[in-house]
Formats: sequence, structure tokens, C-alpha cells
Amino acid sequence: MPAGTLYRGREGMWSWVAHRVTGVLIFFFLFVHVLDTALVRVSPEAYDEVVATYKTPLVNVMEYGLVAAILFHALNGLRVIAVDFWSKGARYQKQMLWSVVTIWLVLMAGAFYPVLQHTLRTLFGS
Amino acid sequence: MSAETTTPATETVSLYDVDNPAPVIAPPRARTKKTPKSTRTNFELYGWLFMRLSGVVLVVLVLGHLLIQLVLDGGVSKIGFAFVAGRWASPFWQAWDLVMLWLAMLHGANGLRTVINDYAERPKTRFWLKNLLYAATVFTVLLGTLVIFTFDPNIR
Repeated sequence: MPAGTLYRGREGMWSWVAHRVTGVLIFFFLFVHVLDTALVRVSPEAYDEVVATYKTPLVNVMEYGLVAAILFHALNGLRVIAVDFWSKGARYQKQMLWSVVTIWLVLMAGAFYPVLQHTLRTLFGS
Repeated sequence: MSAETTTPATETVSLYDVDNPAPVIAPPRARTKKTPKSTRTNFELYGWLFMRLSGVVLVVLVLGHLLIQLVLDGGVSKIGFAFVAGRWASPFWQAWDLVMLWLAMLHGANGLRTVINDYAERPKTRFWLKNLLYAATVFTVLLGTLVIFTFDPNIR
């Protein structure tokens, strides 16, 4: 480990890295999402056409990835707030990260069918 | 940061150990040749606070949005112009989307500003990347606001 670096590995650093990566990804999606929604001011056909791409299997899987990124960023964001404002937050940051990961896994398992049902029904029939 | 301090008399557990050593960093407000002036405002403090306050609100707004758009009632299948028209017929959902748009864009823009400040080392690169970010943010917020306020279900 080089001297003076802030990068210390383990739960603290990697959760910070994941928070950044998911944050940047979500921001770029948000930019695109406002643009596609703006098509409702062009015509119903233009909007429905672009929404049709959101219903293709590839983009549907990317939506599941978006849900994954947002859920992690939301849960870890609450952990960051706890670290900053709760007097014992810094001491329990590792335990809180593993709680975040556990809740994230449960919610992702629960979201699997609802989010991907369009693709699952299209590819494998109802 | 935590205000907790370890008092040897009652507390033997240190915040730091072999796995979690105390970081060695320069004092954040130390003045150098490159930053000779002290900052005149508390902008970064308010930015830090805004990220936490907007973050809590966004957890509710965005997760609610995802639940409605991607989880309930057939997931993405149902989304279309008619679905948007149905939701924006209600001032409640218009307000929901408007607040979500503004908070998410400002939260995201401030996050990206931090990322640019961290990784773009040349002052000129930083300057232009941030200007691009601010232009894209203003454009997106205004466009989204315009769309919510001028939405016309009978456009055709």
C-alpha cells in the first residue's frame, strides 16, 4: 500500500467505489430517461415507439440492472447517512454494509420476476 | 463524521485497528500555493447536507416510481402514452414527478461534480467537464419541467 493514499480496500472503500459507479450510471440513465419522456410532447406514436425499445429483452435486462444500481445506491446512501449522523455509525459501518448487501439480495430476488416478466412471457410464453 | 472519541478510562476498543488503520491525510483547509485563499462560503457544507436530505426523499420517490413503472401491474408491459396520460391527469403524480426530477437531477449533478473534481486533474479539463455537466443539467431540468407542465393528453 503506497504511503498517504486514501484507498484502504475492504468494505469501506469498495462500498464507496460501488456508490460512485452506480451513481454515475443512474445519472446517465436519468438524462436519457427525461429525453425519452419528452417525446410525449411530440406525439403518442413517437413516445410509444421509443418505449417499445424498453420492452425488448436486452433493454429489459438492463432495466433489472438499473433496479440493482438504484437499490444499492439507495440502501448504501442510507448507510452513509447513518455513518455521518449516528454516533456509532462509523464503528458499525461494516455490519451496516453487510445488512445493505443482504437487503439488496432479498429485494433483487423479489424484483426478478416482476421486472423481467415482460421478457419471460415473450420468450417462454405465458 | 462521528463525534465519538475513545476515552481510555472507560473504553478500550479503538476505532482503528490493523484492518482499519487511521487514514493519513492533509488537513482539509490547509492553504497551499495552488489554493492560497480561504473559501468565502459554506457552499460545500450545504452541498454535503443537500446530498443527504435529497437522498432520503429520493429513496421514497424513486423506489415508489420503480415500483409503479417496473414492478406492479405487468411491469414494463403496460407503459405507453395512455399510461402516462392516466398518471399525469392527477396533480399528485405531476408534483411527485416534478419534485423527483429536480431533486434527482441536482443530486446527480452534484455527485458528478464531485467525481469530476476528483478525477479530472487538469484545471482546464475540470472547467470544461463541469460546464458541460451544468449545461446538460439545466437543459434536462428545464425540458422535464416544461414537459410535465405542458403535457397534453389530446395532442393527437
